[in-house]
Amino acid sequence: MSNPLISARGLTKKFGDFTAVNGIDFDVFKGESFGFLGPNGAGKSTAMRIIGATSQRTSGTITVLDKDPEINGPQIRAHLGVVPQQDNLDMQLSVAENLYIYGRYFGLPRKFVKGKVDELLAFAQLEEKRDAKVETLSGGMKRRLTIARALVSEPEILMLDEPTTGLDPQARHILWDRLFRLKEQGVTLLITTHFMDEAEQLCDRLIVMDKGSIMAEGSPASLIKDYSTKEVLEVRFGSDRNQSMADQLRAMCDRIEELPDRVLMYTEDGEALLEKIYAANLHPKTSLVRRSSLEDVFLRLTGRTLIE
Amino acid sequence: MAVAIAEARAGKRGERVYSGRVPQLLERGFIAFKSSTYMIVISGFLEPVLYLLSFGYGIGKLLPTITVGSATIKYAAFIAPALLATSAMNGAIYDSTMNVFFKLNHDRIYHGMLATSMGPLDVALGEIGWALIRGFSYACAFMIVIAPLGLVESMWGLLAIPAAVLIAFGFAACGMAITSYMKSFQQLEIINIFLLPMFLFSGSFYPISVFPQWLQFTVNLLPLTHAINLVRGLCLGNINMALLGHAFYFIVMIIVGLFFTTKRLNAIFMK
Repeated sequence: MSNPLISARGLTKKFGDFTAVNGIDFDVFKGESFGFLGPNGAGKSTAMRIIGATSQRTSGTITVLDKDPEINGPQIRAHLGVVPQQDNLDMQLSVAENLYIYGRYFGLPRKFVKGKVDELLAFAQLEEKRDAKVETLSGGMKRRLTIARALVSEPEILMLDEPTTGLDPQARHILWDRLFRLKEQGVTLLITTHFMDEAEQLCDRLIVMDKGSIMAEGSPASLIKDYSTKEVLEVRFGSDRNQSMADQLRAMCDRIEELPDRVLMYTEDGEALLEKIYAANLHPKTSLVRRSSLEDVFLRLTGRTLIE
Repeated sequence: MAVAIAEARAGKRGERVYSGRVPQLLERGFIAFKSSTYMIVISGFLEPVLYLLSFGYGIGKLLPTITVGSATIKYAAFIAPALLATSAMNGAIYDSTMNVFFKLNHDRIYHGMLATSMGPLDVALGEIGWALIRGFSYACAFMIVIAPLGLVESMWGLLAIPAAVLIAFGFAACGMAITSYMKSFQQLEIINIFLLPMFLFSGSFYPISVFPQWLQFTVNLLPLTHAINLVRGLCLGNINMALLGHAFYFIVMIIVGLFFTTKRLNAIFMK
């Protein structure tokens, strides 16, 4: 494999006594879509900020395009497009002006940026909003504008911190579609998310983080294969009975997880397991057979759900 | 292309915090001025003009002349330089406090700027630069109003324009430094609590020699007193070494303000 674009070893970040990132190792290669999956507070955003040279590591090493962010911050950021968790568009400017001035912040010539603005307005499906003030845009539009803005300098690496948090399902799908297109164009994507479906959809490879540490690494499919079963049977007996049923259910399959509202049963064949339950004369109020997801991987690794 | 532009700065002094993008930040100021902030800028110009009309011609009727040292001048000519100095201060303070606070904490615009190949010093200098352009424009506009009215007694008065820029620089640098330590919008009010009495008691409307000794001493420590004395000295043609002292006061303010601003912005953005 070629040299990694980003390479971290023993990367650690402490804020006083609190360790946000605890000695993590990872490599990101050109053209791949790399994810940081974990609940809020796992250290994903902090890791992203260290890559973008807006946060200084406490110890460990990191190189971004063979440079050290602490020494070559502005030069590294010239390669990056950053989409922060919290939109930080310029409220005093219009949609087109936001794109224009952001290109200028990179030192790009006026003429180049003007051409880029038209192209990006089309990409973000915001042509009709060209002269609108930013505050009049919907949440999804603001997010698309923020992504378009991050592309104005034609970055090699696009970093997206929780790109679809707070968006409705339709807006999320539009956004995912845009990100797929970028991936097809060869842009390296770095994504943090606490949505397992987003990670499954967008990431070629990801690290699962919890409390500053890496719990597992791999492609979504391989993680599911390694840490979960093919299928999951979800059964509900009612909140008062779930727990008392657990011992009986545990004997029937590879592994179970008891959640407050339901029991998850891990198995290679969900339908067969469900029949076994009925045969044992247990009657769940509801049941659902589904494929294993990254949520199950996370639950297995940490004993907790991603969204709490 | 963005990469080549950033690489070209490799090895230059302060490359970690500064990328030479002050012109781009000023360009942002102009675009924002055209589309939304022009009302604030216009009201900043009107303020001293209204004071001049109200006090200069209102009180000027009751008190046609005032004696400063050995010279007797029109009352309006006495207060006009003070209003020029005060408007330089107010514009700079507004830009570097309210405006900066909002961009920093509310809209988080600086966070966006610093995700590009700029550094914190670009942002600090760009904001202060914009405050200076405003201060310069106010000073020119106010001069255009007062000079034809015969309120500038000396050709030295032309130097009042760069003096106003110096004053704006000092207040902007310190204002930005103070704002970077503020945690809430309410805390900004502390600045206003300080500004209004300073405006009223720094010899804007009458010589501070009317005060008792202890109060004169206190007032002489305040920045606006030095600003007013500097601009008034130039406008009246009272050129002496004391003017250099007043200018020096602002040079110290600039150095101290910029030092703390850069230090704080680095701490905020590079934590």
